[in-house]
Amino acid sequence: MSEAAATSIAPNDGVTGLVDDWTADKQAYHVPWGKAMMWIFLVSDTFIFTCFLTGYLNVRMTTTQPWPPQSEIFALSFGGAPIPLILIAIMTFVLITSSGTMALAVNYGYRRDKFKTIVFICLTALFGATFVGMQAFEWTKLIVDEGVRPWGNPFGAPQFGSVFFMVTGFHGLHVSAGVIYLLWVARRIWAGYYDKKGFEIVEIAGLYWHFVDLVWVFIFAFFYLL
Amino acid sequence: MAYVPLADQEVELHHPHSWVTKYVWSQDHKVIAIQYGGTAIAVGLVALVLSLFMRMQLGFPETFDLIDPNSYYQSVTMHGMIMVIYLLTALFLGGFGNYLIPLMCGARDMVFPFMNMLSYWVYLVSVIILLASFFVSGGPTGAGWTLYPPQTSMAGTPGHDMGIVLMLVSLAVFIVAFTMGGLNYVVTVLQYRCRGLTMMRLPLAVWGIFVATVLGLFAFPALLVAAIMMLFDTLIGTSFFMPAVIESGTALNYDGGSPILFQHLFWFFGHPEVYIVALPAFGLVSDVLSTHARKNIFGYRMMVWAIIVIGLLSFIVWAHHMYVSGMHPYFGFFFATTTLIIAVPTALKVYNWVLTLWEGDIRMNAPMYFAIGFIFTFIHGGLTGLFLGNVVIDLPLSDTYFVVAHFHMVMGVSPILVLFAALYHWFPKMSGRMYHEGMAKLHFWCTFLGTYAIYLPMHYLGIHGVPRRYYALGTTEFMAPATQDANTAITIAALFVGASQLLYFINMFWSLRYGEKSGPNPWGANSLEWQTPDTPPIHGNWGDTLPTVYRWAYDYSVPGAHEDFIPQNTPESEEPTVDEEHFDPDHDVSKADL
Repeated sequence: MSEAAATSIAPNDGVTGLVDDWTADKQAYHVPWGKAMMWIFLVSDTFIFTCFLTGYLNVRMTTTQPWPPQSEIFALSFGGAPIPLILIAIMTFVLITSSGTMALAVNYGYRRDKFKTIVFICLTALFGATFVGMQAFEWTKLIVDEGVRPWGNPFGAPQFGSVFFMVTGFHGLHVSAGVIYLLWVARRIWAGYYDKKGFEIVEIAGLYWHFVDLVWVFIFAFFYLL
Repeated sequence: MAYVPLADQEVELHHPHSWVTKYVWSQDHKVIAIQYGGTAIAVGLVALVLSLFMRMQLGFPETFDLIDPNSYYQSVTMHGMIMVIYLLTALFLGGFGNYLIPLMCGARDMVFPFMNMLSYWVYLVSVIILLASFFVSGGPTGAGWTLYPPQTSMAGTPGHDMGIVLMLVSLAVFIVAFTMGGLNYVVTVLQYRCRGLTMMRLPLAVWGIFVATVLGLFAFPALLVAAIMMLFDTLIGTSFFMPAVIESGTALNYDGGSPILFQHLFWFFGHPEVYIVALPAFGLVSDVLSTHARKNIFGYRMMVWAIIVIGLLSFIVWAHHMYVSGMHPYFGFFFATTTLIIAVPTALKVYNWVLTLWEGDIRMNAPMYFAIGFIFTFIHGGLTGLFLGNVVIDLPLSDTYFVVAHFHMVMGVSPILVLFAALYHWFPKMSGRMYHEGMAKLHFWCTFLGTYAIYLPMHYLGIHGVPRRYYALGTTEFMAPATQDANTAITIAALFVGASQLLYFINMFWSLRYGEKSGPNPWGANSLEWQTPDTPPIHGNWGDTLPTVYRWAYDYSVPGAHEDFIPQNTPESEEPTVDEEHFDPDHDVSKADL
């Protein structure tokens, strides 16, 4: 379906612009429908992650056993002494990098450079898949080597494993869904589906991707640093 | 007002080619609305029957033996959950939201019709999962509709194994369905209004549904998270909500969880949910009252702001459901304050409804009966809400029938009366035929008086101290023997009300076939859905050109007009706008930006 034609009138700034938008007929935001929908969905999704993280903080207070020492559990050693949080640092770096490539893809999309758009979308998806792969490695290490289970672990409070697997799992599902979404968008661009409609879809997918990255920053801070 | 000239957006509609794509896998919002509504009403009938089982037990203990204590609790749980979520939420938003939003906004369909279709089918899956729990071993969960842990997972609770799992999965699926539909409703209202239709010219029905949907999008996440955590507690033995518990002498494998956390998550969803049901009711009833009173809604802009303020406040009152949970007393202080503040915009709405009727040219059609009945029941339910919003009064009343009476009055009977008002009011548009007026009025009196016969005595039972959630009251020293008589009377009234709902169904099915042809606009209503070229509206709604709106939806009985109503799409050149002398500040949007 066709999206909104951009208005020829330059929108006002600040409060006046806000009032103009909301009192206008036709549309309240100067954005395509899909983009408006994605923004609202992301706010809704923010509430989901907020509830997860609030729940995590709550059980961390109510649990009767000591909280396990994360920095030791999440340490990796390369031959020598264990380096705390090294894997998670790499994972975070990969995911943040993928936000950069996503931004490039959006840019090339608006320049209608289909080839480069597809390249950068695929690169973003590759980084995302790498992230999920490393997460799988981390999970395996925790489950097999360290004996951490959702219902208990040798280090202390059983809630540690519960929230860790639940929240990182939920985030991992988001990243995986994002990878599939990006590849689907890339395929449709390849097929010429957006040639006439414009490439807003890249930005819409980008919104989702940046959101998933942003959520990771919070999960990272709450689980590994706190 | 900044008028932004935009090229007419034309949507590539998915045109159906066969009977199946037209009526089954349909992407037409009107068909989806009727699918949503039919499913919701069907599952609501299940909940109605369950409530009658409970009443039979309470009214005539040891007489019928229809249900044992376990199935009593299962009935309570399923009745509550179905009524609140699968009937009221689905019917108001999925049913009326789907039907009215595109029509009232002058749009051809929702912005993403395919997703809208998916929303219905996922909703149907959630209903099937829910009903499947009646057939698994152990039956549906009997934890009460609030599903409080730890008792949900304890062996003494019926349905603690499969029943609760199916309930939680069904809720999660429902939330997915709601999100897909809700995003559509919100974006359609924001982005797909026809030319001239500013937000402040929208009928209040759209405002109510719109704000309720926004509430849903931000409140359901909490329920989703609570459901996921509880699923893990039940299935793989995590301890999110489960503290260390000893059951029949053995310690269970749980440790250190927080049952109060569940209550917070649940009510962070649960209280906005009250308004997810109430706000669409407020909106729909405003339009019904204004149309049948032939008078503009009193204080339109105030009504809109009241809806928005109620929506915002509803997110910071949730713990008034938890005064007896043992949370910090200062919380009670905060939440009692916010709860009482929310009474202000709500009372404002009630005053405005009454003032809309004041000196109106009231046509006592069946929808008007239900709408006025709603004002009565809503005032009653609202006033008892002031009792329960205060911590000190809530503590003794919390576990009594007073609470049952309160919330049935305010969010059971009141929205249901609005639903019937709306179903009768829009039936001519949906079917092209009039319903049977006499039967509808009989239906009103049976329902209205009957529900009073049910719930008014319950208040007295509650103040008397009769506890709720009891399978059988037995004989105690503090309950007078008349308690049982009152319960018997309530049960008889409940059976009567339950049976009288048949009138509605007979009326609808009879009228579909034999009802008089209604014409496009039998009520002389202004809003856009009554101005469609076809009745019932066909796919695409508006024929070749989209309508253009020149005025708000409430130009009734304007002096100097040819008739006592001026449809929204009548240009200023054809009919008068309200002149300075009769100037209503709510009328002129251009002078009222803020």
